[in-house]
Amino acid sequence: MDLFQIITEIEKVDPEVYERFDTRRRVFKHLSGMGKKLTAAAVPGFVAALFNKAYGQNAGPSVADVLNLALSLEYLEYYFYDTGLNTPGLIPDADRQAITTIRNDESGHIKVLREALTKVGGTAIPDPGRATFDYSGGKGSGLGPFAAALLPGGTALYYGVAQSFVDTGVRAYKGGAPFLMTNADILEQALNIHSVEARHSSHIRTIRRGLAAAVSGPGAATTPPGADPKLSPKSWISGNDQGGPSPNTNPSTADVYGPGTNPPPPGVPTGITFPGEDNVAQAGRTITTDSTISAAAASEAFDEPLDYVKVKAIARNFVKPNTLFLD
Amino acid sequence: MTKQTLSAPTAEPTPAGLPRRDFLRYTGAGLALTGLLLTGCNDDDDEVDPNTGTVNVGSSDLGVLNYAYALEQLEAAFYAQVVAGGTGTYFAGLGANSAERQILSDLALHEKAHRDFFRNTIPAGNIIKELTPDFSTIDFNVGKRATGAPAGTKMGVLDAAMAFEDLGVAAYNGAGRYLTNPVYLALAGKIVSVEARHAALIRDLMSYNTFVASDVVDLFTPTSATSAPGLGTGTGLEKSKKPSVVVATANQFLQEGSKLNVSGLG
Repeated sequence: MDLFQIITEIEKVDPEVYERFDTRRRVFKHLSGMGKKLTAAAVPGFVAALFNKAYGQNAGPSVADVLNLALSLEYLEYYFYDTGLNTPGLIPDADRQAITTIRNDESGHIKVLREALTKVGGTAIPDPGRATFDYSGGKGSGLGPFAAALLPGGTALYYGVAQSFVDTGVRAYKGGAPFLMTNADILEQALNIHSVEARHSSHIRTIRRGLAAAVSGPGAATTPPGADPKLSPKSWISGNDQGGPSPNTNPSTADVYGPGTNPPPPGVPTGITFPGEDNVAQAGRTITTDSTISAAAASEAFDEPLDYVKVKAIARNFVKPNTLFLD
Repeated sequence: MTKQTLSAPTAEPTPAGLPRRDFLRYTGAGLALTGLLLTGCNDDDDEVDPNTGTVNVGSSDLGVLNYAYALEQLEAAFYAQVVAGGTGTYFAGLGANSAERQILSDLALHEKAHRDFFRNTIPAGNIIKELTPDFSTIDFNVGKRATGAPAGTKMGVLDAAMAFEDLGVAAYNGAGRYLTNPVYLALAGKIVSVEARHAALIRDLMSYNTFVASDVVDLFTPTSATSAPGLGTGTGLEKSKKPSVVVATANQFLQEGSKLNVSGLG
């Protein structure tokens, strides 16, 4: 069987055949390696898998889909910070500069993602506007468990929700990155958003450590974490942070730190799974054993990705029905 | 290098072959990796270049993994030296229950985990050697170099931690584009966000509210105080760095014979 001949024939009727197999480079990498390693009997199965991936009905999200999901999350965050800054008595003076910077970073990310969508021939979702979001977690009712987060005096809850949003974002970008590998420049931009979100998370967590000890401003950075990671977390995710800031509400922040969809949803490359943040096994290695460290340290050393299905399910709690984060 | 453990994946485990086979089995990345190893066998990426005395990380996926391993070696060695205290007193002088002691202790564990992970994951025939750091420009007795200190004054522990963490983030972000195996991209992603968390906290310790600042992030400025989202200058993106730029800094902390050559990347 001459695979190259077959693909050449297909290309006559489907010029995008190479793109359907991940990328042109990758299909040749597979083929050149496979020829030497596969037995003749195994080839048909391999080819079937390759073509199923290329033409199967559940090919997973496109680059544009991934970018629009990221854009939706950025709007969710942007309006949350913007609303917080415009709610008198909510954000302590010592934090206004930081929250303003974070809000502005999200605005920059919105700009970058819109431009990236244009570059790939996609269409950026329109600005959904503040009214689309329900930060109470009530799916539009306004009556969810986090309603007090945007009221004066709701500062602690506000930062708890902020942490949950930003950690969801970090996990979402990590889960989305493999879908962007066909475009190196856009991938790098997404990575450059991902790490900035992680910096934001670190700072929000630092603010929360301070707040739990009634310290505001620079003293927050020198405040050690408290006994309860739900209230006074480290700047990194330790185990599953006991379910995050609000594990016993509906919606629960436990989903932000728990496992994603397993087996992974369509299109996720083989070998990528979505364990919870308490995972201590990486690529078949057990980090606790290899490095003789605690499960807490091993889990902290590696953040975990979250798949697009789980990300949307979490985010849907914070929008009116049938607006964003649709399946 | 030898390939027998790869071409006979059902053979009885041997101590040397086990990690590699486990890796293939669990990641499901065997197909892509097989191709990589064949490529890797065609050159001597992993050797010290006899002409320049530099350590060539190689190219493509294995090159990126070695590059990451090199940077993690540097970070792990640095924090190990900080907490061991053999060459400096700064860490020993921190309060037993102080935040900073806890932070530096955690960072030492995380970076050790990263280093060990790469050491155990990169195939034995392709892995770069253990590097010898040169921390002579760091004063392990000092936390933060005094403001306005004369040129040539050594970095303190926090100055160096910040430099390593920020460099690591910029390096991972700049190297993702050279990966072809999505499993490796996902693994790099798991590590880089932890480095970013470290970097932000060390920066906040150094100077509060600098968790993102213009030296590491292209900050965004809205057109006006009431602008709609997305309208303004800047991007809010991390300033990723190409391997050649990263190595110019990293090599300042590596001894002769351990300096890196990343000409195979990009």
